[in-house]
Amino acid sequence: MSSSHAKAVNPNDVTLPQTHWLRKIPVTAIVLGIVCLVAALALALGNKDKVEALQWSFHTSYIYFLSMALGSLFFVLVQFATRAGWSVVVRRFAENYAATLPVFAILFIPMLFGFHSLFHHWTSEEAKSDVAIQAKAAYLNEQFFTVRGIIYVVIWSVLGVYYYRNSTRQDTTADKQITFKLQKTSYVSIALFALSVSFCAFDWIMSLNPHWYSTMLGVYYFAGSIMVVYALMLLTTFAVRGGTKMGNYISTEHIHDLGKLLFGFNVFWTYIAFSQYFLIWYGNIPEETEFYAMRSLGEHGAHWLPWSIALMVGHFAVPFLFLMSRHIKRNPLLIGLGAAWMLVIHYVDIHWLIRPNWQSELNHFGIFDILTLVGIGGLFLGTATLLLTRKSLLPQKDPRLAESLAFENL
Amino acid sequence: MSQKQNLYGVLAEFSSASAIYHACEKVRDKGFKHWDAHTPFPVHGLEKAMGLKPSIVPWIVLVMGLSGASGGMLLQWWINTQAYPLAISAKPFFSWQAFVPVTFELGVLLGSFGAVFGMLFINRLPMWYHSLFRSARFEKVTDDKFFISIESRDPKFDATATSKMLTELGATHVELVEQ
Repeated sequence: MSSSHAKAVNPNDVTLPQTHWLRKIPVTAIVLGIVCLVAALALALGNKDKVEALQWSFHTSYIYFLSMALGSLFFVLVQFATRAGWSVVVRRFAENYAATLPVFAILFIPMLFGFHSLFHHWTSEEAKSDVAIQAKAAYLNEQFFTVRGIIYVVIWSVLGVYYYRNSTRQDTTADKQITFKLQKTSYVSIALFALSVSFCAFDWIMSLNPHWYSTMLGVYYFAGSIMVVYALMLLTTFAVRGGTKMGNYISTEHIHDLGKLLFGFNVFWTYIAFSQYFLIWYGNIPEETEFYAMRSLGEHGAHWLPWSIALMVGHFAVPFLFLMSRHIKRNPLLIGLGAAWMLVIHYVDIHWLIRPNWQSELNHFGIFDILTLVGIGGLFLGTATLLLTRKSLLPQKDPRLAESLAFENL
Repeated sequence: MSQKQNLYGVLAEFSSASAIYHACEKVRDKGFKHWDAHTPFPVHGLEKAMGLKPSIVPWIVLVMGLSGASGGMLLQWWINTQAYPLAISAKPFFSWQAFVPVTFELGVLLGSFGAVFGMLFINRLPMWYHSLFRSARFEKVTDDKFFISIESRDPKFDATATSKMLTELGATHVELVEQ
């Protein structure tokens, strides 16, 4: 009923103005990203320890930004699978992020070069006399690992590009059949997504410690990924609303809903994180408890205990209380702050998952982490912004656009 | 005087959502306190047009949820350390990890009780009878008509003047309803 609702989209409002600051981002970010990665490589080359440090930093940053692209892909798939109306005005942002997945397919190659330092536990000489590792050898071997990795990145790249291509094609053709086609594809895609993300978490995170196993780790990585996507989309919305007329279309109601989902999936992450801890704590089997022991007990654990506590407080307690209020979720500044915080704490989570597995003096947040974060982050955000500048900012011919424009929380 | 005592209020019928929306804005601006709008479906933004304050149900849920969670933890602490300590898997008697599921569930349970029963209480439900059901036309509220009722206990209420005002606001039919 409120008169503030736009009834239809003016095509001039939904392209980024020529002078908008975001138009400068793609070139800047991609160049900066490549410079940082080359600089990191130049710093490391020639020193065996530093090369190893770079490989661990690169792996951490890669898994971090990959989770955003994967979360975006899941968001897009779910919107189509559920025939969601409310989300149409913000869906294009997620489509852009998901369409950067081919970049991650290319960035997967360095992981193969770093293979022996990252996954040395199950490739080294000692592993040959380790019964537990030998029992897994049919799965944990270099050839199969490489093949699986290629399958994952191909699935993601194809899906990301497929949804982006079709959705942007609808902007010009206004063909409703595209929506139905993408909806039909989404069901199979979600199954492929679920399997590939779970197994990628097993391969790229869990196998860093070859003795430890947790069937929940796949869901754990997935939960963090979909949580962080809402933070990313909120910040994207604010970046795009300034200096354009997009504020007429993406209203406080949509911000509120993204905030609710951010809150909800953060609680989901907590639920999964606690469930994993709870079962391992109860079972008390050495191969399983090792994961938490090395993050909280002894000399090694003493270094990681602050990170573990930071996650409990900063990933659950504080955001849970902060994001609960309706007033905060409807205030752009406050929910923006909350979203930025979740991006930071998600990095803490990924770092905490990966790095305790590396036994080294050099294992602390350092220059290689900063360079690879800016490097991969620059390539990821630069590519996504490039896609953002090239097409309409929202799916302007989507059959459910009117429903999304009229959306209101009760 | 006796007529005023027996009077519940005045009931005005509107034929569209936008008509009642704008009428509500006027009634709100005139400063009426004891009045309500009745519609066959949720009309977006009507709470703003009526000037309703946010519900206090969230606060009831918060208090109930926290009581449930802390009560659950306390219950398990008392059972496992005071009333009937059992050694399980060589874990400490007070193992907070093991108590989290019950703490969580009790927090959720009492929180949702707070939401449902708090909402019923604030709406004064269950209610066996409501004066507005005296009006035959009011049956249309579940079909295609929209109503505003202003109660006689409102300080600004005056049977004649308020009826006239509602007619001027676009009501298609105005009637007085007895207690």
